[in-house]
Amino acid sequence: MYSEQAMERFKNPKNAGTLKGANAKGEIGNAACGDIMKMYLRVSDAGIIEDAKFKTFGCVAAIVSTDIACDLVRGKSIDRALKITNKDVLNVMGDVPPQKIHCSVMASEVIAAAVEDYRKQQKKQAKKGK
Amino acid sequence: MHIFWCIIYIMRKIYLDNAATTYVSGEVMQTMMPYFTSEFGNAASIHSFGREAERAVAKSRSQIAATIGANPNEIYFTSGATEANNWIINGIVRKSKSKRILVSAIEHPAIIETCKQLEKDGYIVEYIEVDEAGVVVVSDLVARLSKPAALVSVMAANNEVGTIQYINTLAQLCKKRGVPFHTDAVQALGNVHINVKEMSIDALSLSAHKIYGPKGIGALYIRNGLKVEKFMQGGSQERNRRGGTQNVPAIVGFGAAVEVLMRDAQTNNSRIRTLRDYFIKQVEERIKNVKLNGHRTQRLVNNVNISFAGCEGESVLMMLDLAGIAVSTGSACSSGTLARSHVLDAMNVPVELNQSSVRFSFGRSTTKDDIDYTIGQLEKIIKKLRSMSAIKGPKKVKE
Repeated sequence: MYSEQAMERFKNPKNAGTLKGANAKGEIGNAACGDIMKMYLRVSDAGIIEDAKFKTFGCVAAIVSTDIACDLVRGKSIDRALKITNKDVLNVMGDVPPQKIHCSVMASEVIAAAVEDYRKQQKKQAKKGK
Repeated sequence: MHIFWCIIYIMRKIYLDNAATTYVSGEVMQTMMPYFTSEFGNAASIHSFGREAERAVAKSRSQIAATIGANPNEIYFTSGATEANNWIINGIVRKSKSKRILVSAIEHPAIIETCKQLEKDGYIVEYIEVDEAGVVVVSDLVARLSKPAALVSVMAANNEVGTIQYINTLAQLCKKRGVPFHTDAVQALGNVHINVKEMSIDALSLSAHKIYGPKGIGALYIRNGLKVEKFMQGGSQERNRRGGTQNVPAIVGFGAAVEVLMRDAQTNNSRIRTLRDYFIKQVEERIKNVKLNGHRTQRLVNNVNISFAGCEGESVLMMLDLAGIAVSTGSACSSGTLARSHVLDAMNVPVELNQSSVRFSFGRSTTKDDIDYTIGQLEKIIKKLRSMSAIKGPKKVKE
């Protein structure tokens, strides 16, 4: 079953909710497979992730994985954030049922989706600037 | 001071998963006890020890037979309803000329998986439709019965959503076409009137651990004259159709459980039905965007299955568990897998509401106080989970 630290996070996720001044958003999953994750980022002009929040529809592992992902990306550059893998998420989460490992993979994917969104926004702005 | 608080703070524990299993009632336990120790004989032995065990087994067989209107020699003890379901499907089709099996789309995995295995062996399995409340569409069965079939199996009441079937009508239709009719009556026993002779039911599966009896014991009723292959090779127990030394204490417990069930059915059922209706009313009044799954009135007295839009079922289950309340998502058999409920799928429940379903099943020990505490906790939990959910779910949930 779930580790103690996973259950602690599930009880009181630190990063649940929307983010003021967010300038990037990533979303993955669908209701048919049971999990939908959204990640909001506030990235500084220097490309550092100042803050991250999430909203998730899913099981314990899905909620906990996205909460952990927010902690992992905070304070990192967007390039460094992209290097976060599902193993990093699992390291914090501890033991989960084997069929729930995919939630940690989704958490790394939602980071990538949010970073990609940030880059898109940057390109758009750059075009506008020209 | 801290120790003092630790001692008086014992977390409240409420069990609302009686459709998964029940505790063994005191009366049942008392009846079983001697058969572990002093009356330990093998029911197949002909000496006095054996005869006493055989007498106890025969008594239980009669008790179970009387409950469903069968003859005692039509009751076969099994290790549970899963075995009974496996046995009847395999046992009938292997004696039948037809290779076509008709089962409802909302059967228990013990039926569905048995059928899937047979499909690999060249049998044809067809799933009879159900409507949005989980009631078998009679016209669909009628249409399918126009061609020969080896058997029809429809559960008397569904384990996930509690919908009760018109089992009499279905059985009569099958009788007219000369197709054997089996029903899994595990959840229905004690809730629904069943008389296999009046209703022309050819085979029926039962289990003890859902009715305050022990786990590991069930029964299969097989109408005398119905052609069914034996379950496994072995000794001559169970009229030479299901070998293996009989589990005498469990069999005794099963008989006692059935006896108590029928004796107290009226009192228990009406009390639990009142709690069920109160719970549904309170949840619908206090929590928005919920959907009651299954039939509003034609449902087991102890079953409530509700989808909370925007909240995934397992999250609700675990939050309730943290508050000391035990429930299940869909059915115990589908938790632990990632698959959605095939029952809710067959009832055309939208996928996100399928993922959001939670089953509450009440029992003899459930009190109004338990229900009030649960509703209070639920209100908080749903609010919390919705505040962090990525989806809102449909604005207005269709009944």
